[in-house]
Amino acid sequence: MKSLSAMPSWTMPALGAALVALGFVADPRLGAILAVWLGAWGLNAVMASRGRGAGVRFLVPLLFGATLLGLWEMAVRLYEISPIILPAPSVIAATFAENTPTLWADFRQTILKGALSGYVIGCGAAFLTAVAIDRSPFLQRGLLPVGNFIAALPIVGTAPILVMWFGFGWQSKAAVVIAMVFFPMLVNCVQGMKASEAMQRDLMHTYAANYWQSFLKLRLPTAMPFIFNGLKICTTLALIGAIVAEFFGSPVVGMGFRIKIEVGRLSMDMVWASITVAAMAGTAFYGLVAVVERRLTFWHPSQRTG
Amino acid sequence: MAAQTPTSKPAPVSPVIEARGLDLTFQTADGPVQALRDVNLTIDKGDFVSFIGPSGCGKTTLLRVIAALEHPTGGSITVNGMTPDAARRSRAYGYVFQAAGLYPWRTIEKNVKLPLEIMGFDRAEQENRAKDVLQLVDLEGFGKKFPWQLSGGMQQRASIARALAFDADLLLMDEPFGALDEIVRDHLNEQLLALWKRTEKTIGFVTHSIPEAVYLSTRIVVMSPRPGRITDVIESDLPAERPLDIRDTPEFLAIAHRVREGLRAGHAYED
Amino acid sequence: MSATADTAAGGGIGALGRGLGRVSGAVLPVLTVVACIVVLWYVAAIGMNRAWTLDAAQRQGVELTAGEIIADAMRQDRPVLPAPHQVAAELWNTTMGEPILRERRGEYRPNPRSLFFHAWQTLAPTLMGFVIGGLAGILLAVGIVHNRAMDLSVMPWAIASQTIPILAIAPMIIVVLNSIGLEGLIPKSLISAYLSFFPVVVGMVKGLRSPGAMDLDLLRTYSASGAETFWKLRLPASVPFLFASLKVGIAAALVGTIVAELPTGARFGLGARLLTGSYYGQTIQIWSALFMAAICAAALVATLSFVERVTLRRMGLDR
Repeated sequence: MKSLSAMPSWTMPALGAALVALGFVADPRLGAILAVWLGAWGLNAVMASRGRGAGVRFLVPLLFGATLLGLWEMAVRLYEISPIILPAPSVIAATFAENTPTLWADFRQTILKGALSGYVIGCGAAFLTAVAIDRSPFLQRGLLPVGNFIAALPIVGTAPILVMWFGFGWQSKAAVVIAMVFFPMLVNCVQGMKASEAMQRDLMHTYAANYWQSFLKLRLPTAMPFIFNGLKICTTLALIGAIVAEFFGSPVVGMGFRIKIEVGRLSMDMVWASITVAAMAGTAFYGLVAVVERRLTFWHPSQRTG
Repeated sequence: MAAQTPTSKPAPVSPVIEARGLDLTFQTADGPVQALRDVNLTIDKGDFVSFIGPSGCGKTTLLRVIAALEHPTGGSITVNGMTPDAARRSRAYGYVFQAAGLYPWRTIEKNVKLPLEIMGFDRAEQENRAKDVLQLVDLEGFGKKFPWQLSGGMQQRASIARALAFDADLLLMDEPFGALDEIVRDHLNEQLLALWKRTEKTIGFVTHSIPEAVYLSTRIVVMSPRPGRITDVIESDLPAERPLDIRDTPEFLAIAHRVREGLRAGHAYED
Repeated sequence: MSATADTAAGGGIGALGRGLGRVSGAVLPVLTVVACIVVLWYVAAIGMNRAWTLDAAQRQGVELTAGEIIADAMRQDRPVLPAPHQVAAELWNTTMGEPILRERRGEYRPNPRSLFFHAWQTLAPTLMGFVIGGLAGILLAVGIVHNRAMDLSVMPWAIASQTIPILAIAPMIIVVLNSIGLEGLIPKSLISAYLSFFPVVVGMVKGLRSPGAMDLDLLRTYSASGAETFWKLRLPASVPFLFASLKVGIAAALVGTIVAELPTGARFGLGARLLTGSYYGQTIQIWSALFMAAICAAALVATLSFVERVTLRRMGLDR
């Protein structure tokens, strides 16, 4: 690192230009792609080293993402990659626009009915269980290792069983989601309940506070960061559970179902459109929980710095 | 033991805290540890008693026994004539810990109201008491701020305000100024003394600073470790009016010397 | 976690008693919980399977006693919920009861009836992908920590990618790669590499950045170069974070490989066993495949935990 920064500032651009030239010699298409890539990278590097404001922090990843999309588009066009293998972003966007009703119906089925209901029930049940076993250190000592163990297992493998039990409808998907989010959420909640310091509990003792006063005024607020950590982890798990569960059987609607049959038909543009919906849904869901977290745990050091 | 202090104070009806032959032995993995042995102590109303000694001498343990946060394994102790637990349930004392321990999700004002909420004071009463007690510790106007917006000294003042809010006659303080720098500490010592004179509370104060103990107290209890016991109880004959400069007077130094002798007798300065 | 005291110093029976007390304090609750789960499982199995038993009895016009219903509920071929001993028996039969290799036309080939064979079909790409993804993740993390442009452009995407259900598109990637001729080990390894890559990047970056300003300033007073700071401070400080994210990564990689086997109609692998079990209604097969996957996941994470403990102990970081 020391030697790199000691080199004069024209070495990197010179190196880049040399690479591009080499690329052109080998294959003009490769050269074009390299030119765009290295040019964008250079622009990003300049912005990163000069700019400090929030605008830069926003612009750099945006440029990075846009560059990736641009390179993707270029590669598909220039190398005439078959749409069966990899469709271009422009094609995917077009498919997205054309099939919005279908994608929306899929979204409603998988995300709103399957993932969301399972998430609410699963996380709620986990929280209530954590409160219930809060008064028993014995149960906690037993449940925490078992819960950690189960949380690491491929729970998604229970999907075929749950589809068999609950049928093809959204209920089985919700069941899979519940199975997937319960233990990670439980582990986080139990950790949160234990997070209050001994000194704080002593203070409550000197006030002769009863169990519920101590719980509501001290232990619950202290547990909030942990609870939200669990909630954020579970958003992704819920989405995965709902979509994968649909691979095992679903009515003719749903994102997992859509992906499965469009893969079978080799219409990859539709598959990618579905994936885009999944990505947007995932980010939006996580972002929503993060916003609520910020409001409720504004006091926590992790929310105050940066 | 309970000698008359120079100021004209009404004779106490009964001692606030009375400990006789107090014993406390902890069972640890390395065997039993005697944290307190044969502690005999009487604290009267209006006293400012400091407990001083090296680590392991049992001063914090003694304070916690008074607060019913620990339970003795032998001997007896009464607080306000009742067992410590009964005193705790009747909300007879306020406790101030070494760290301010304010809730970061509550404003200073709401933090001060915390014990009031738990003890069932009504809204108007809570409001009045919070205002009064913040004024008492010179934190007027900071009620709407959050703890992390305040300095360490101010947080500790808020913690003291919280302990005063519900008008307990007894205040137990466990090295409350230990984490603060000397200048802030001096200032807070002055304020604490003024507070004590104004409210006439009984204060039990744990410290390991000799000047602080001598400056603040009417009585100094010197303790030593292994096993935890009282080595000396010193009645302070310093006047009631104590500017900070009193720490340079020969009377002050004499008492400090006596404290140091007590500590040395308890092997505090040896390994 | 619990406030049990550390090493018992005293000798003899006292120490043994205290040691036993400590162990039972940790193990007994877990055993109790597990025992409760097994009991609940049996009850649930009886409850869920008896409908079929009662149905069959009714069609034959036979009256069954409670004892017979319970016995039958635990012996069905295609139960709604297999009893624990049925799953255990199936696990035993398909692992120990089947040879891993069998003779076919004069040469030894893997035995598709052996669950070990299927487990290996899933584990191999998991491990390969995990190694690739882990190494790539570490390298990218190093790049992110030392290069501001990479940091600003890649990190937001790395974090955002954790919110995207990548697992759900694993099967699709397999199909695409199959159609261009890449089959078997490589595509599954790619999925597993991708799934372990991001947790490792995020965790490693956090770890490399964990040294405080005070530690970095100290090295600056020694005029240490960036490389020296990296090898002497950042890298050792990041080891705990690395192991935490490796454990997350390998669990994700295993699940990814299993999911990847699903819609392609793969014939071999734990995901394939899940699939065929669900197609043919062989619930016991599904459950035994699930348990095997669970055992594999537990074994992988346990191995990593062991390596972590040994490494941290050698570094003096274990607490």
